[in-house]
Amino acid sequence: MARAALLVLADGRFPAGGHAHSGGAEAAVKAGRITSAANLEDFCRGRLHTAGLVAGALAAAAVLGVDPGDLDAAADARTPSPALRTAARRLGRQLMRAARAGWPCDELDALARRFPKGAHQPVVLGLAARAAGLGPDDAAYCAAYESVSGPATAAVRLLSLDPFDATGVLARLAPELDRVAVTAVEAARRVPDEGVDALPAASGPLLEVGAEWHAAWPVRLFAS
Amino acid sequence: MHLDHTHSGPAALSADAHRPDGSHRALRIGLGGPVGSGKTATVAALCRALRDELSLAVVTNDIYTREDAEFLLREAVLPPERITAVETGACPHTAIRDDISANLEAVEDLEDAVGPLDLILVESGGDNLTATFSKGLVDAQIFVIDVAGGDDIPRKGGPGVTTADLLVVNKTDLAPYVGSDLARMAADAKDQRAELPVVFQSLRRERGVADVAAWVRERLAAWTA
Repeated sequence: MARAALLVLADGRFPAGGHAHSGGAEAAVKAGRITSAANLEDFCRGRLHTAGLVAGALAAAAVLGVDPGDLDAAADARTPSPALRTAARRLGRQLMRAARAGWPCDELDALARRFPKGAHQPVVLGLAARAAGLGPDDAAYCAAYESVSGPATAAVRLLSLDPFDATGVLARLAPELDRVAVTAVEAARRVPDEGVDALPAASGPLLEVGAEWHAAWPVRLFAS
Repeated sequence: MHLDHTHSGPAALSADAHRPDGSHRALRIGLGGPVGSGKTATVAALCRALRDELSLAVVTNDIYTREDAEFLLREAVLPPERITAVETGACPHTAIRDDISANLEAVEDLEDAVGPLDLILVESGGDNLTATFSKGLVDAQIFVIDVAGGDDIPRKGGPGVTTADLLVVNKTDLAPYVGSDLARMAADAKDQRAELPVVFQSLRRERGVADVAAWVRERLAAWTA
């Protein structure tokens, strides 16, 4: 058990398939909602407080030992877009491979067997964090950070945005990220008593609609 | 590494030579190289040359479309269920080298869906001279350049030209029209690659993909030996 495992898990170069996904940024760029660092920040803030919060709570609950099947069903219920559910499962399957290589254990093998086509990515992320000896707060931070780092990196590629501006966006969101992680862990801690309904169910309708639109494009750079 | 070969085991991690049910998996050969050098045309020709003797499938890594997969489908070189396209998020070299998870998933799903397979060809999206495949994804790699891209490419070297298991210099029929010196390309390639093989090929001539197909058969014989 080593806290530094969090750095390995949260590293953008961790080979878990994330590089091929824009977190909704490609659809938002095409729709004209992301055009600059300023509205990239708005987009990321929205994603952090909706998809990021939900992902953080799911991941934290998985670290706390909540049944991954219950969490996967809860993630399904919180993801209206079929395209996003497919993307989340694909990313979960890809993360599973990297996690099993990094922190091999029976619990991850069992999850891989139970969900051969992948569980929702935040659920796998939580179990990976648990396998690495990390805590629920670590998993929540990792999930919440991924919810904004993915779109920020994608926007650099899609808009030829100045990478320093994109990094500035992430840095300015850090205090909010702290608060989202705390809220996510608080919700996750209520799950053993109250069930998965205690998990947040925030969602950004435009993210869901945009994902369906994006999935129908014949030509795109990112898988989601 | 924690690997499990029993029937009930979870999926393999990466280059493990066996599938979860214990059977020997297909040989995986990667094809990389610059845009327009003839990777997809070589894949199509290989499929036509080998499909009657081998069970094979193809994974394409288009950069932003499904063009390459659709070309192979249109040419009907294989049944559609044997061709899969992987989306690469604007970074084809990342998907074949740094983060191979989507490609591993594609090759495993192909074996599950249409297997058992003898051979899976993994075609990279057109990239630059530094793009190489991870050993975690493929067992051998072919780097495809062409004479029209400049006859100085073998001299410039780079990981693809220098280290690929097979270097293919394509479109030799164009050499007189673009002023490329094939003898010089061959000498430069020899300097860069020592004993590693080089094939000069024109898919428009009668010999076509025969030399590359012969090399693939040799690799397959070694893999199944």
